[in-house]
Amino acid sequence: MLSLFSAKPKIRGGVHAEEHKAETAHQAIVRNFPLPKKLYIPLQQHVGKPAEPLIRVGDTVLKGQLLAYSQGMISAPVHAPSSGLIVDVNDYPAPHPSALPIRMIVLETDGKDEWCETALVDDPFQLLPEDISLRVGAAGIVGLGGAVFPTAVKLNMGRENRIDTLIINGAECEPYLSCDDRLMQENAEQIIDGVRLMLHGMETHHAVVAIEDNKPAAFQAMQAAAAAFANIKVMQIPTRYPMGWDRQLIGYVTGREVPVGCRSSEVGVTIHNIGTAYATHNAIRYGKALVSRVVTVSGGAVAKPMNVEVPIGTLMSEVLAFCGVDTAMTARIVMGGPMMGDSLPHSGVPTVKATSGILALTATEIRNTQEQPCIRCASCITVCPAGLRPLDMANHIRVNQLDAAVEIGLKDCISCGCCSYICPSNIPLVHYFKYAAGEVAARQQAQHKSEQTKKLMEARNARLERIAEQQRLEEEARAAAKRERERLKAEQTEVA
Amino acid sequence: MISYQKPSSGAHIGANKTVNQIMWQVVLALMPATAFGLWLFGWPAWHTFLLTVAAALFFEAFCLRLQNKPVKPALMDCSALVTGWLLAMSLPPWSPWWLCVTGSALAIILGKHVYGGLGQNLFNPAMLARVALLISFPVEMTTWPNISPLFFSASPGLVESWHITLSGITQPDAVTGATTLGYVKTEFSQNRVLSEILQDYSATLNFIGWTRGSLGETSTLLIALGGLWLIKQNIIRWHIPLSLLATITVLASLFHLLDSEHYVSPFLHLNSGALMLIAFFIATDYVTSPNTPIGQIVFGIGCGLLIFVIRTWGAYPEGAGFAVLLMNSATPLIDYYIKPRIYGRDRKGKPLEIPKS
Repeated sequence: MLSLFSAKPKIRGGVHAEEHKAETAHQAIVRNFPLPKKLYIPLQQHVGKPAEPLIRVGDTVLKGQLLAYSQGMISAPVHAPSSGLIVDVNDYPAPHPSALPIRMIVLETDGKDEWCETALVDDPFQLLPEDISLRVGAAGIVGLGGAVFPTAVKLNMGRENRIDTLIINGAECEPYLSCDDRLMQENAEQIIDGVRLMLHGMETHHAVVAIEDNKPAAFQAMQAAAAAFANIKVMQIPTRYPMGWDRQLIGYVTGREVPVGCRSSEVGVTIHNIGTAYATHNAIRYGKALVSRVVTVSGGAVAKPMNVEVPIGTLMSEVLAFCGVDTAMTARIVMGGPMMGDSLPHSGVPTVKATSGILALTATEIRNTQEQPCIRCASCITVCPAGLRPLDMANHIRVNQLDAAVEIGLKDCISCGCCSYICPSNIPLVHYFKYAAGEVAARQQAQHKSEQTKKLMEARNARLERIAEQQRLEEEARAAAKRERERLKAEQTEVA
Repeated sequence: MISYQKPSSGAHIGANKTVNQIMWQVVLALMPATAFGLWLFGWPAWHTFLLTVAAALFFEAFCLRLQNKPVKPALMDCSALVTGWLLAMSLPPWSPWWLCVTGSALAIILGKHVYGGLGQNLFNPAMLARVALLISFPVEMTTWPNISPLFFSASPGLVESWHITLSGITQPDAVTGATTLGYVKTEFSQNRVLSEILQDYSATLNFIGWTRGSLGETSTLLIALGGLWLIKQNIIRWHIPLSLLATITVLASLFHLLDSEHYVSPFLHLNSGALMLIAFFIATDYVTSPNTPIGQIVFGIGCGLLIFVIRTWGAYPEGAGFAVLLMNSATPLIDYYIKPRIYGRDRKGKPLEIPKS
C-alpha cells in the first residue's frame, strides 16, 4: 500500500496535439456580447435530476431569479440569465450530438438586464461550512470543466469524507480551449478567493492549483494571487493531454491512485475546476447565481476567435455569428474541446453550463474519416491513460462480442479520445466504445426488465395458487358444515 | 443556423500519421541498404528485386479482385510493396524469376490474404515466404553469387543478366560461393577450429556489406542506420531490436569466452546473415509482434535465443527466419499474458483496495 503513496508516478499515456490556443489566449475576454432577444434555458444542465420549473408562461423575471428548483439529492437549480418575459416552457433541440428535444424555458429579454436583489455577505468565513454548500447549491453551480456535477454535493462529500487536499484543475489540456487560461489571467484574485471559500465549505485546509506549463501568464497571475495564503499552492504540471483527467491529476499531484468504483474523495482528494471556483466566489460574495459563462469560440472557420462571456441559453448560432463564422468552410461544430467534445448536428442549440468551447472546425482540421484496417501498431495502447487495449476492444465490438469487450476493460474507458486521435488507420475507436457501452447498458436494462417481469409473473402465479387453495379450503369447510348439518338433521328426525 | 450531418465521437482532430506514411518511411529506411545491394550484385539483382516487388503488387491486386474489394486504396497503403521489398532483400541476389514470383505468391496469398488481409496475419509474410522457399528449394535459396558490382568488367552485363534470371546461372561454381555463416558451419563439420576457418575474414568488409549474402542483408551498417532512423522517427520502438541483439550478444559472448575455437564471437553474429534486417525490420512488424513494451522485450529475447540456438546447434547456418516465425506464433500468447495494468485495478484486473489514511 505504501507504494501507492511514495514515488510520484509517471504520467501514463497521453498525446500532445497541436494546441491552437494562441488564437484566443492572448486577448482579453470579450464581455460585451450583445444580449440575445431570446434565451433557451434547458432544465437539465447538470448530472442528476432535471430542475422543476416554478414560473409560468407570461411571468416577468429579473436576472438571477430562480426559474426552476433543484429536485432530489443530485440536481441543480436554474436561474434567469437576464430580465424579461417567460414566453414558453417546451421541448427544444438539446446541445447534444442527437439534438433531440429536451425541456427548456424560453425567456424573451427586455434589454434592461436588471439583476434581482442579491444578498451581500460581509464576511463569508463567518458562515457555517454547511451554509457555503447551501449557497453554492442555491446558485446553481455545477462543475464547469465539462462534467457538470453539482458542486454543492461535492462540497458536502468533502465534509463527510476527510479530504486533505483540494485540487483546483487549471490544466485545460484540451486543444483550442483557453477560457480557463484567460479567467486565471484576468480574475486570479477572485478565483483564489473562491478556492478559499471552497476550502471553508469543505473544512479542508490544503489546496493545490495545478496549471499546465503552457500557460505561464496564468501561472504567474495565480501564484501572485495565492502568495498571501500559505495553504494554497500553485504548481505547474507538464503539458500533455489528458492531464486534466481528474485521476491523472490526482496521480501527479498527490501520487495516489483511485481504485476502480471509488470516488476521488475516498482517497482524500476532491477536484474542482477554475471556472467553478470563480462562480463560487461570485455566489458567496455577491449572491449571484450562475447565469453566464466564458466560452472559447475558435476553429479554422471562425474569423474572430475569442473568449467571450455569454448568458446561459444563448443559441450557439448567435455566438458563432458574433465571432464571424464562415458557414461554407465549417465542416463540424463541436461543443467543448476537440478531443472529448460533442459534435453537434446543427448550431441552433443553446449554450449551457457545460459549454467550455464552441468550435467550428474546417475539413482540413478534422480527423480523416477514411477508415483502414488495423495494422496492430499498438499506438492506441501506448497513448491510453487508463491502460486499456483499444485495438482488442474494438475487435471484440466489431463482431458483437460486447461481454468480451467489457471483460478487458470497456467500462474503464474514459472516452478521452487519445486512441482515435493517434490511430493511423483512422478507426473511430471512441465511437465504437461509446456505442458498445450504450448497447451493454441497454441490454442490461432489458435483462433487468425481463427479470422483473418474470418476478411479477411468479408473484401473480403464487397469488392465484394461494387464492385457489383458499377457495378449496373454504369449499371443503362448507361441505363439512353441510354434512354436519345433515347429520344433525338426521339425528333430530331419528329422535323425533 | 448551420446544419451538419453524421455526428461522431471525439477525437475530432487527429495526429497526421497514416498507414501510408508509416509504410513509406519503412521503404525510405530500407533504401540505402537496398541501393547498396543492387549495386553490389549487379543487374541480376535488379531483376530479382523488381520481379519480386512487381509480383507482390500483382498478387495483392489479384487477391483483392477475387474478394471484390477496391484494389487501388489497398495498393496505395503500400503494405504489399513493403512485403515484396523485404522478401526481395532476403532472397539470394541472383534468384531465378520463378523463385521471385513463387516467393511473392507465398507471401501475399498464403502469408497475408488467407488470414484475411492486412493486419490479420499471424506470421510475417516475407519470412513465411522465405522459409517456405528455403525448405522447398534449398539449392536455389543458398546459391550466393560473388560480389560483382555494377559497371565492373567482371560483372554480368545486361544480356547475361537476363540469362541468369530466366534460365539460371550457367557455371555456378565459378561465380558463387558460401556466406560466412555457411562457410563456418561446413568447416566445423570438417573438424576445423575457428582460428583456422576465419583467417581470411574481415570484420570491416562484412560490416560495410562487402560480402556474399542475400540481396539486401549484407550491409550491417546501412540496415542498422535505417533501423535507428525508424526508431528516431517513432515508427518502431527500441524494445524488440535491443532485446533481440542484446540476447544474441550475451549468449554469444558467454559461449565464445568458454570456447573461442568452437563458438563464433558476438561480433561475427551481429555482423552476418539476416540478423540486422530481422532485428529492425522483420521482428518489429506491427501485425505479428506483441503490442506492449514488456511483451516486445520477451518477443525480442525469444527471437534472439532461437536465432542463436539454430545458428549454433541447428542444421541451418542461419536461423533468423525460423526464429521469427516461431516467435510470431507465440505472439497471441504473449499478448494474452502480458498486458498493461488498467488504472485503478491490479494486474489481475481486480479493483485496488481503498488506502487507509
